[in-house]
Amino acid sequence: MAPPRHRDRGFSRRASNSLFFGYVAAAAGIVLGLGLLLVARFDPLAFQGIRGLALDLTAPFSSATRVVARGGDRVGGTIGDYWRAGAHNAELERQLAEARRALIQAQIDSADNHRLRRLLKIVGDGGQPVVVARIVGSNTSGQRRYATLAAGSGEGVRAGQPVRGPDGLIGRIAEAGHGYARVQLITDGGSTVPVRVVRTGQPALIVGRGDGGLDVRATTIGAQPFRRGDLLATSGTGGVFHEGLPVAVVTTVSGEVAAARGLADPATLDVAMVLPEVAVAPPPPPPVGAH
Amino acid sequence: MAVGYEYEADRMPARLWIVPIATTALGSAVALTPIVVQVPVVPPFGLLVALAWRLLRPEMWGAWMALPLGLIDDLIGGAPLGTAMTLWTIAFLAIEIAEQRVVWRDVWLSWRLAIGAIAFCVIGAWGLAFLAGGAGPIWLIVPQLLLSILCFPGVMRLVAVMDRWRLGERAANSR
Repeated sequence: MAPPRHRDRGFSRRASNSLFFGYVAAAAGIVLGLGLLLVARFDPLAFQGIRGLALDLTAPFSSATRVVARGGDRVGGTIGDYWRAGAHNAELERQLAEARRALIQAQIDSADNHRLRRLLKIVGDGGQPVVVARIVGSNTSGQRRYATLAAGSGEGVRAGQPVRGPDGLIGRIAEAGHGYARVQLITDGGSTVPVRVVRTGQPALIVGRGDGGLDVRATTIGAQPFRRGDLLATSGTGGVFHEGLPVAVVTTVSGEVAAARGLADPATLDVAMVLPEVAVAPPPPPPVGAH
Repeated sequence: MAVGYEYEADRMPARLWIVPIATTALGSAVALTPIVVQVPVVPPFGLLVALAWRLLRPEMWGAWMALPLGLIDDLIGGAPLGTAMTLWTIAFLAIEIAEQRVVWRDVWLSWRLAIGAIAFCVIGAWGLAFLAGGAGPIWLIVPQLLLSILCFPGVMRLVAVMDRWRLGERAANSR
């Protein structure tokens, strides 16, 4: 195919001008984009208003895909009603199907109850939770590991608050829209959680690797700080996470560095609890009469 | 020539310009799924759809159009604002420059241009995430990259179908 005709803008000054200004606009846009990236690098919450709005608008997308799958299984049932003699039978079958549905629902409710009760049992150690909400999805083509939570600033969720599930720490709120929030998972490459080895009390840092795994780094020098199977819980250092939230289990050890697996499996994340950020103690007053 | 072009543009029904933008935004939203994944697996369909429109209808968008489309993609996907804006615009400009140098276009050239643009944008997005301190190891994006490249001809087919629907009887007249 020959090159399309329109590329040849000929001698029309107007057309070549608009082409030129298109290039100028594109180049200016690249500069603008780089500027925005710099702003985002140094102030991650810079555009939370518009980003939160976009989150509120798009989060229902992932929930909507769940509904589409239903509805195809009703076709077969109506054929039986064609026979008058079978009407009674059909009625009974309908009731049976209803009962079965109710039974399945009851089983689901019971499992839900069990999990929620487990979640409630751990409320005591970390103060009152801000909100308990469902994890509704994630962006499966993005480079960062974030999940979407079905609660936002309307329920008191703020950026920075820790999020936990029934099994352990999930991550912390990265940004909040009005009805939805984005959670930075502990497996994200930019996530660091100060922890403590439960067995020895030694401090360590858990750093996300970005591929689903976690790296554990000892913050003090000592002989073999980790052992396979060591439980790691938050140490409370830094004032973001409460002390004593279970986070991960050490899976392999190689010297000062170990690999760990998060206790909250992201594949099964469904209910999460947002906890208030621990208030950092105010700085001590300046000493009197120092000068 | 220019006057006739403008005149036609003025009468352009909404469907003509909304469809490409809407399908690109829809492509960006494809990656939002009700599961939580640990590695990027789904191809960046917003980028694929935008590239398909760009290569199929070079006259429709200037290179600057990548800016708003990239902004939409950033907002939907949750990447730091400016990621797709910058990368897509650079890719669109590069395609524009490349197209001015070639004499003959065919489907293989389109695919090669798309492969270059996809590789640039996916690796660039990883690089920007890396600079921001939150990317995984680079080999993680290889499956996504290969899948995106293999998906592109299919996406282009889909976009061509939508293009025919978008233009309606105009397409029949112009051929």
